Amino acid sequence: MSAADSDTLHSATAAGHLRILRAARRVASEPLGALGIALVALMVGGAVLADWLAAYEPNRISPRDRFLGPSWSHLLGTDQLGRDLFSRVLHGGRIALSVALFSTATSLLIGVALGLIAGYGPRWLDNLLLLLFDSVKSFPTVMLALALVTLFGPSLTAVVVVVVLVNVPGYARIIRTQTLSLKESEFVIAAQSMGAGMGRILRVHILPNVLGPLLILASMDIPVVIAIEAGMSFLGLGVRPPTPSWGSILNDGFTAIRDTPWIAIAGGLPIILTTLGFTFLGETMRDVFDPRLKGRR
Amino acid sequence: MLNYTIKRLALAVVIVSVAMFLLFSMIYLIPGDPAAVALGPRATEAMREALRIKMGLDQPVWVQFWNFFANAWTGDLGREVLSERPVSHVVMEQLPFTLALIAGGITWSVALGIPLGCWAAVKRGSWADRVVGVLSVAVIAVPSFVVAIYALLIFAVTLRWLPAIGAGEPGSAGDQLIHLILPSLAVGLGWVGYIARMVRASMLEVLEAQHIRTARAFGLPDRMITYQYALTIAILPTITLLGVGIGQMLSSAVFAEIVFARPGVGKLVYDAILTRNYPLVTGAVLVTTVLFVLINLVADLLIGALDPRVRSRF
Amino acid sequence: MTVLAVSGLNVSFATEGGDLHALRDVSFVVPEKRVVGVVGESGCGKSTLINAILGLLADNGRVSGGRIGFEGQDLTKLGARQMRNLRGLRISTVFQDPMGALNPVLSVGRQMRNIQYRSDLARSEKDARSADLLARVRIPDPEEALARYPHEFSGGMKQRIAIAMALMMEPALLIADEPTTALDATLEVATIELLKNLQEQIGCSVLFISHHLGVVAELCDDVVVMYAGEVVERGAVREVFRRPGHPYTARLLECDPARQSGRTRSLPTIPGEIPDLRHRPPGCIFAPRCTSSTDDCRKAPPERTLGAGHIVRCVHAGAA
Repeated sequence: MSAADSDTLHSATAAGHLRILRAARRVASEPLGALGIALVALMVGGAVLADWLAAYEPNRISPRDRFLGPSWSHLLGTDQLGRDLFSRVLHGGRIALSVALFSTATSLLIGVALGLIAGYGPRWLDNLLLLLFDSVKSFPTVMLALALVTLFGPSLTAVVVVVVLVNVPGYARIIRTQTLSLKESEFVIAAQSMGAGMGRILRVHILPNVLGPLLILASMDIPVVIAIEAGMSFLGLGVRPPTPSWGSILNDGFTAIRDTPWIAIAGGLPIILTTLGFTFLGETMRDVFDPRLKGRR
Repeated sequence: MLNYTIKRLALAVVIVSVAMFLLFSMIYLIPGDPAAVALGPRATEAMREALRIKMGLDQPVWVQFWNFFANAWTGDLGREVLSERPVSHVVMEQLPFTLALIAGGITWSVALGIPLGCWAAVKRGSWADRVVGVLSVAVIAVPSFVVAIYALLIFAVTLRWLPAIGAGEPGSAGDQLIHLILPSLAVGLGWVGYIARMVRASMLEVLEAQHIRTARAFGLPDRMITYQYALTIAILPTITLLGVGIGQMLSSAVFAEIVFARPGVGKLVYDAILTRNYPLVTGAVLVTTVLFVLINLVADLLIGALDPRVRSRF
Repeated sequence: MTVLAVSGLNVSFATEGGDLHALRDVSFVVPEKRVVGVVGESGCGKSTLINAILGLLADNGRVSGGRIGFEGQDLTKLGARQMRNLRGLRISTVFQDPMGALNPVLSVGRQMRNIQYRSDLARSEKDARSADLLARVRIPDPEEALARYPHEFSGGMKQRIAIAMALMMEPALLIADEPTTALDATLEVATIELLKNLQEQIGCSVLFISHHLGVVAELCDDVVVMYAGEVVERGAVREVFRRPGHPYTARLLECDPARQSGRTRSLPTIPGEIPDLRHRPPGCIFAPRCTSSTDDCRKAPPERTLGAGHIVRCVHAGAA
């Protein structure tokens, strides 16, 4: 890389930072976007600072304190084993958010790879992949999850695999369409004629063009991923006890819903707040960054 | 139209076949010996061997696959491990409950979503439009099982307005309908949002159309223009949307059936997994998948039948 | 007797860059049983004029002055409901695009029945009336056509159906917004003739919007020439087209393809663009593009009368 090249690269990143900052301000200036940012910050902050915020060890069983209602010492009450629900909710947030991040990142990687293969590879491979995507999409999500749990057993791995299977076809399709249209575009053909290798064309010309919309879509999928984790844990197919998860807290609450409704409330509230926060944020981000994506979901 | 129908049908058959293949490979990959799993730890080796032969597990893979494939297409989904009842019978017994639940979900989503979307479009830019917009996003975001539990908590446990469990007295349509209200709300609430947004967007598009300007120039009443001239066109895309929606409602139905202790395919699969009744799992998953593909097919063909412009194109 | 008398009409739209004056001091009359043409380039305010008459201006538009007299009332003073009661009944419209003018999912019969929603006739009587009108616009097999949908008809037929719908209630005024622009030449002639026949049968007046001068010359009694939201010249068609008093009219006539004798490589066009109507220059609006403009053109031009009813807004008119 020449000096001039690295110079333009530097100013490009600087301009990029500025653009991101400006866009973030625009998102925050929308009421819905601001609410989204606040909710997401609340949940992420709670998860990150769980060790400091939680007054109790999330898995500590205390038979004397079973089924206590909300109070100053137990903000959300305690469950059937006397565990402090507020502490469990905070630690559950860690599970939910890290699963969401990890599985979304994995789906993105696989989706981009498959999409590039479909778009850039031979025709028959493209058709085969499309058929595969359609077939995977033709399973209702929960049925897919239930079927996969029979394969892996209840575990976080199963959750991640379900998320990947649910998300990959969508991401791959976007990448594929973009790749197909860019493949024929002038600048890619020009680069090709100048002897640029396929890897370089993909890296320099195609990926930067598709990454933006893809990241927005992926961020809008985070609530879905959180719902899948919580849902599978609710069914006892995700996180194994005693690890705290919002879904399993909700299930504990469901079992005791007649007598101690606060457990169910404690399990459901963080799920509602997090999915709402990410959705409000994602919607506003999409409207601000890329109005073309409107109506994609 | 005929050509299009045939093409869509062929695609559906292929997708179902691939789905079958995926399901089969999954069962095949399940770690451990299915016969041993099914019979439990106290079974003798001879019993396991007998079951293995009965289940066809002694055959080569491709023969097993072919049998599974051929049988499934003829409606034979194998037999349950313990009761030995045909899986297809067991699934069909539960299917009506799930279908009723989904029909209820669709009723909720259409009955609330279309008027809300239409209202928001007519009042574009007003506070009503904004409230509908935020509400739509919110109900889409919140997972159906949380809605189910909170609905159970509020309307059944706390207020005691509606029953909490079961599908109602068999034979009493009224009682069954009352038992359907809360579970179907949980299944359909998210789709109220999807449909409201979709109807709003397509209403706004239609209201800009030249023929709406013509209708106004003829002095037709606003109500007639909104409902007869615009809405009839604006709801067409919701039909395809509902095709997708029913698939997701099948997912939500699993939760609703568990939370409200209703019979149905979702509960069936869930219980089957917990008891490792694998033929029942694959059978039920296959039936719901076929159902899903069929519904999407019908939605696609229906939109052709309803829209005279699409109809003429094929 | 005049059916429509527009006088001193001003219409403006609120835009981000300030008020856009789409129509300024527009005056003309449509006498009973006469056909009046409105000509001008696209963007001259023809559609705004129609929308103002119909009371269908966009939300950001308003009538900021003048009156639209119709059958003894001022349309600019009427409420939405009163306006709606006139539309389709006393004032009817045929729009430019026959492909999009009819509702695609309602049958032709249903749409024609809807237009008669004010009438007390039984459904069968309304359908009979619809079929009768379809027959008058020469739609073959009219009874059967009622059950069909718009996409089953050709473009020319759709436009004739639109005309039938517009004449359904025998209005006093028919507004025809470039009704033949989307049709090819042979259809255009046939449609114009049909329109002329029906106008004579029904005895209504027609406000005919077009940029096709040949058609206007053929069909219209009077003509109104508009430029950038202002009426620059009006009068009897023969008079105006034979002795144009305004340089713009003259240039428009020169540019008309039908007037071109022999083969030219390119059609003559008027150089320059319509001025930004948010910042209107003072004086004659056409002056920046006018080849014969002088210092006098920087003042507001007076209305000059060249002959009976032939009025020109140009300081140089009649001077030569």
